[in-house]
Amino acid sequence: MALIIASALFVGLTSLAVLLWALSSGQYEDLDGDAQRILLDDDLMTGDQTK
Amino acid sequence: MVALNLSRRDGEITQDLSALLRHGPGGADGFEVAIQGVRCANCIAKIEKGVGALAGVEQARLNLSTGKLTVVGRKFAPSLILKRVRDLGYEAQPFEAEEVLGADEAEGRLLLRCLAVSGFATVFVMGLTDSIWYSGDLGGPLRKLFFWLAGAVAIPASLYAGQVFFRSALQSLRARNTNMDVPISLAVLLSLGLSVTQTAQGGTHTYFDAAVMLVFLLLIGRYLDYRLRDRARGAARHLLALQTLLVRRLEAGGTVRTVAAKDVAVGDRLLLATGDRVPVSGVIEDSDSELDMSLVTGESLPQALAQGAEVLAGAVVTGAAIILRTTARVENSLVADLARLLEAGQQSRSAYVRLADKAARLYVPLVFSLSSLACVGWLVVGASLSQAITNAITVLIITCPCALGLAVPAVQIVATERLFKRGVFMKSGDALERLSEIDMAIFDKTGTLTLGAPALLNAADLPAGLLERAARIARASRHPLAISLANAAGTGPVAAGVREIAGAGLEVGDGAERERLGSTVWCGAGGDGYQLWYQHGSEAPIGFKFQDHLRADSAEVVRELRRRDIQVEMLSGDSPSVAARIAAEAGIPFWRGGITPQKKAERLQNLQQAGHRVLMVGDGINDAAALALAHASIAPGTAADISQRASDMVLRGQELAPIIEAIDVSRRARELVLQNFVLAVAYNVTAIPMAALGFVTPLIAAATMAGSSLLVTLNALRLAGGKPWR
Repeated sequence: MALIIASALFVGLTSLAVLLWALSSGQYEDLDGDAQRILLDDDLMTGDQTK
Repeated sequence: MVALNLSRRDGEITQDLSALLRHGPGGADGFEVAIQGVRCANCIAKIEKGVGALAGVEQARLNLSTGKLTVVGRKFAPSLILKRVRDLGYEAQPFEAEEVLGADEAEGRLLLRCLAVSGFATVFVMGLTDSIWYSGDLGGPLRKLFFWLAGAVAIPASLYAGQVFFRSALQSLRARNTNMDVPISLAVLLSLGLSVTQTAQGGTHTYFDAAVMLVFLLLIGRYLDYRLRDRARGAARHLLALQTLLVRRLEAGGTVRTVAAKDVAVGDRLLLATGDRVPVSGVIEDSDSELDMSLVTGESLPQALAQGAEVLAGAVVTGAAIILRTTARVENSLVADLARLLEAGQQSRSAYVRLADKAARLYVPLVFSLSSLACVGWLVVGASLSQAITNAITVLIITCPCALGLAVPAVQIVATERLFKRGVFMKSGDALERLSEIDMAIFDKTGTLTLGAPALLNAADLPAGLLERAARIARASRHPLAISLANAAGTGPVAAGVREIAGAGLEVGDGAERERLGSTVWCGAGGDGYQLWYQHGSEAPIGFKFQDHLRADSAEVVRELRRRDIQVEMLSGDSPSVAARIAAEAGIPFWRGGITPQKKAERLQNLQQAGHRVLMVGDGINDAAALALAHASIAPGTAADISQRASDMVLRGQELAPIIEAIDVSRRARELVLQNFVLAVAYNVTAIPMAALGFVTPLIAAATMAGSSLLVTLNALRLAGGKPWR
């Protein structure tokens, strides 16, 4: 029982931490853009990367 | 003071834009550009790749949601970035340098973080407590343990995630007011407190799950509302970017300096090239030229102005470049007058009370009186104080306006999203509500009902091949008549060696093969009603006739408006004879021509005082005051910046038809909002007596809370479907 509760808490908190990290790293800034970017070939996206 | 857009829409950019750079740490510079017309992955790749290849650029990232390109690098030239984006075929305007993260963006992030925390807590706490509700009795010690665990997660989570509401409630209490957040905060805090005492006493009625769920559901509404405002703000910021004003000023020594338009002083001499917009009223100092006044007066054809003539702010130079000396009384100018009218209009509009606020004003006192009534009632029938308080708190929890908090934003976000896809930018959240109430529409003529550009009338009467011969020359110029002639002929080659002669026209070749395209006098022609002439050698000149045309769907839009019981009127600054023709073509029975901006605003005020709720549709600077005064207002995308700023909605594209769509959607949205209120209140009406009588268990509270929120959201989504009006 204790194990189940502890693991539930662990999984929940981990996913929360991941979500908060994604938020603070700006992954939710441009949802429309990300939806389109998936269509791009990576080797064409030179402008996006640091030269 | 309202500034006007000076930036060139195209042509060479030689301005010094370094004032707009944002200096970051480590010597890196940041530059932001507002880009219009980006819609797909290809555009992103094209722009990022194109700009990224420029010298000094380290990173170029385009945000598709906001249309903002952020460039980071060292020693790059901002003007080259603008030029590259424009060369790729997009409209680009620099943003003014500003903070990296605005207060509003920080608010959005906080809301999302709170949403994440409360979402996690809701699921976890429900997992614990629901197992108790469903399993019958788990037995005292285990149940107590579960409750303590639930509390350990729920209390910090709801205190953290609820900060949005607590802060707003405190603020409103300090101002000796109550808003919706006061009962929300009380419900959250009291239910947490009640649950702690219940758990300590070994009781079964804990509301840990209800408290976090309440916060979670309400935050969804808050976040939707934020998204709505964010999108509106984005549209407004785009317009501001269009206003990044730089003008070229002639200094005393004869040098040219680029300065911000707001720094232009009276008596300054400004250099205005063909295509530039006049920033402040002034007098032409050097040579004769031609100016397009359509945005200022509604006059559709360019006018020739001589040296020494007075020019109003907002006119566009279409002839030769001029030097403009700004006149002494800027604050008395037309634009300053309009700015004052604009401010007055916006103030009157800010007094508008949104539906949600109206609901809150009714709801908050009701909740408190019901809750205290329950407390008093239980004491009267002889219950213990703790039982009375418990029941009073239950009433507070159950009446908490969870679904009410979602009722409006859920509908509005679906509505604006739908309109956004149809090319209508909403600039404020309550615009939708105001638009739904209109019963009258006033249109401007030039640039609104009409395209605002002259179109060739007599193409069919011309000798064969002449149009193409003239167009070869016309394609070299940016004069409105030349552009329209080129448009009429379609795409084709451009003649080599075209000379543009100021105030006269275009010339190519010499001697017998000399071709001229230009004014009546210059081509030595006589004949009325022709604005442009073509002459080959010494042959007789041939005239072209131009006229402003109705937009393709103007008549249809007018018809559809009248079908919806909306009276339509047209107010134009152009001459009555032209206004009469356009009104007849568009099917508008009530029209007036030759009207000044002040008269337009006056007419609007009179109508609104007579009880009409007026929608103003206009594009010109002369419409700005009326746009700001109207109950709701729409500007076409081609409108003057000041008009776009004054209006609630801006249309993208050449069509007027989205106006009908916007009205239909806004009316439907209003219906759905009212339905949602009924749904939310109906739930409360059934739940309140149960809570007051002490029948409500925590499970019922949680289930109805989630259920009514879901119902309201699903109801809002109905707006996403539905057929457009045609």
